[in-house]
Amino acid sequence: MAYSFPEEVLEHVFSFISSEKDRNAVSLVCKSWYEMERWCRRRIFVGNCYAVNPKIMIRRFPEVKSIELKGKPHFADFNLVPEGWGGYVYPWIVEIARGYPCLEEIRLKRMVVTDESLELISKSFKNFKVLVLSSCEGFSTDGLAAIAANCRNLRVLELRECEVEDLSGHWLSHFPDSCTSLESLNIACLLSEVSFSALERLVARSPNLKTLRLNRNVPLEKLSTLLQLAPQLVEFGTGVYSAEIRSDVYASLTEAFSGCKNLKGLSGFWEVIPAYLPAFYSVCSRLTTLNLSYATAQSPELTKIVSQCHNLQRLLVCLDAYLYPIQVLDYIEDTGLNALALSCKDLQELRVFPSDPFVADANVLLTEQGLVSVSEGCPKLQSVLYFCRQMSNSALITIANNRPNLTCFRLCILEPRAPDYVTFEPLDAGFGAIVENCKQLRRLSMSGLLTDRVFEHIGTHGKKLDMLSVAFAGESDLGLHHVLSGCDSLRKLEIRDCPFGDKALLANASKLETMRSLWMSSCGVSFGACKLLGEKMPGLNVEVIDERENLDSLHESCPVEKLYIYRTVAGQRWGSNKVLKKALLVKESD
Amino acid sequence: MDLNYKATELRLGLPGTDDLPATMKSKKRSSPEMCPDESRSIPPAKSQVVGWPPVRCYRKNALQGKKMEVGSYVKVSMDGAPYLRKVDLRVYKSYGELMKGLEEMFKCIIGLYNEKELGYNGSMHAPTYEDKEGDWMLVGDVPWDMFLTSCKRLRIMKANEAKGLAI
Repeated sequence: MAYSFPEEVLEHVFSFISSEKDRNAVSLVCKSWYEMERWCRRRIFVGNCYAVNPKIMIRRFPEVKSIELKGKPHFADFNLVPEGWGGYVYPWIVEIARGYPCLEEIRLKRMVVTDESLELISKSFKNFKVLVLSSCEGFSTDGLAAIAANCRNLRVLELRECEVEDLSGHWLSHFPDSCTSLESLNIACLLSEVSFSALERLVARSPNLKTLRLNRNVPLEKLSTLLQLAPQLVEFGTGVYSAEIRSDVYASLTEAFSGCKNLKGLSGFWEVIPAYLPAFYSVCSRLTTLNLSYATAQSPELTKIVSQCHNLQRLLVCLDAYLYPIQVLDYIEDTGLNALALSCKDLQELRVFPSDPFVADANVLLTEQGLVSVSEGCPKLQSVLYFCRQMSNSALITIANNRPNLTCFRLCILEPRAPDYVTFEPLDAGFGAIVENCKQLRRLSMSGLLTDRVFEHIGTHGKKLDMLSVAFAGESDLGLHHVLSGCDSLRKLEIRDCPFGDKALLANASKLETMRSLWMSSCGVSFGACKLLGEKMPGLNVEVIDERENLDSLHESCPVEKLYIYRTVAGQRWGSNKVLKKALLVKESD
Repeated sequence: MDLNYKATELRLGLPGTDDLPATMKSKKRSSPEMCPDESRSIPPAKSQVVGWPPVRCYRKNALQGKKMEVGSYVKVSMDGAPYLRKVDLRVYKSYGELMKGLEEMFKCIIGLYNEKELGYNGSMHAPTYEDKEGDWMLVGDVPWDMFLTSCKRLRIMKANEAKGLAI
């Protein structure tokens, strides 16, 4: 068969295919497509840095311009992964510095990034443009100085919720005067002061700057200066949004905000002084994203703001349980979220955080009412993250009926194993309704009192479920079995404090190779089962994370503290001991 | 199972409160005598579960640090001085440091708070401050952390005028 498109034509067609899934599918068609595709793949996404080895990647895809890597498991965000577990990016940087001299973009999430790594990045890629670090740690402002100084064409530098050792605010001055290419700068997570004059000059010489997220220490009085230098901004994050109330400061801030005709997203707002909030009212009608989650919103202020944000698509907010007005003995009205339901018909994503999640005996409750209202009033709502103190099956069923288009539903009832507060039953029926009605649901986090029944619902209906997070739920291995055997699209499963043991895990061992990873902590999986799984499944790394002494003498039947299983083609992380997949010993004193 | 009988009882007070006003956590009502412990820690009976609720450390730290509603820069006036000054209270970690800072700023001698005599006896000046409720208080009576959140402005008074506050 001699008919085939010339390579150039195929390459051109392939250039329109950007999703990894599609690209992977293309490469499976035939050998020549595989060859052609691998030469023209420009973006790589590695969801688990231990699933593949950088040498393999570079060999297969020689001309990559953009790479994204993820390291630690999601539960690392909540301190469940001990220090020293891994996620070190340096070995990757060494390989890609050699293999991809023309690399332009690096995006890392939950990885340990050292100053050494940053320096190597800054010196290895002559056309480096984008560096995005999310939830990373291990570096200091010295590493940032190297990036600023050496990356001549840097367009994006974003530090999202990273832990950075702040040695000096002067790193910003390392951007040379000739650097005018910045499009996005996010330093929100830096704790100490950056040199304001350096920041001012940098903003002034960056005509393409679209995103600017300041850190806490940039005082409110200085915001108008920056906004006047960059009226073209599309996304802006303030510093501390409080200052002594002065009419001249207020006036210039108001004027500066109204000069920003392209502003679509606002964030920052640590420590809000309500008197200054109206300063940005002029931009509200254009806002599509608003992140107020670092300041506790008082209901009247929140109501005023959201009532003006008719185009809002994404809202993150932190609600103070103590300022809800109490109307009737057991009915609490949530005016802020009600206002949202009335005013923001384009709302797609809502995240509600608790202002003080650790006080157990609050008088006033974060209730389910606000979420029910929003589910009624916002027809485009797809993604929810909601913390509350009480929930009921009837509320969940209502939400499920209102919003069958939900794709992400993460509910955290603050008290573990809290039952339906009206009937005292488990919340199986409620979450069951969510998975049954929301046929496109991809991500689900559950909480409250849950039996094996809810897992049965999930296994039966959660066919599109990609990620499931479970805590303090279930009664037996049957629960885990339902999920592993029923959820066809499951890729990430994370479980803590559930009575799941060996049976379901071993019975569904082959399922694990179709998933990215499984995390189980404080469950009942035995050491012996872990060893067995490791032996039988060469395509998996079975990591036991246990902080007890004398792991060597751990009895077969003893349950392990934490277990992280992931598929990999990179082999084991340490050594070549085939029988025992490495048990990571971490002493608490480290 | 707790059927929450208390919620249906008829009594004065907000639902969910116990009879003792000291347990009311409403920010608007708290005063030093009733709620001396402004840091909201978990009641000892409940054990802390690691990583629960699932809030990132980054966010936890940000929210806990947000307690100061007043800006940390406060105006300082000294009786007899022509100009006001401003100090960033967050720069100081204790009353002692604050006093030293003020002394340097105004080239005066304030001395240290004398706990036994509850005042600044022996010096020409007494530092006072206006709190959130608009009352003028003697600096030093309350714990430093509480002072930080309640101080709106400072005034260094002549000692003889401040005598009334020290009692």
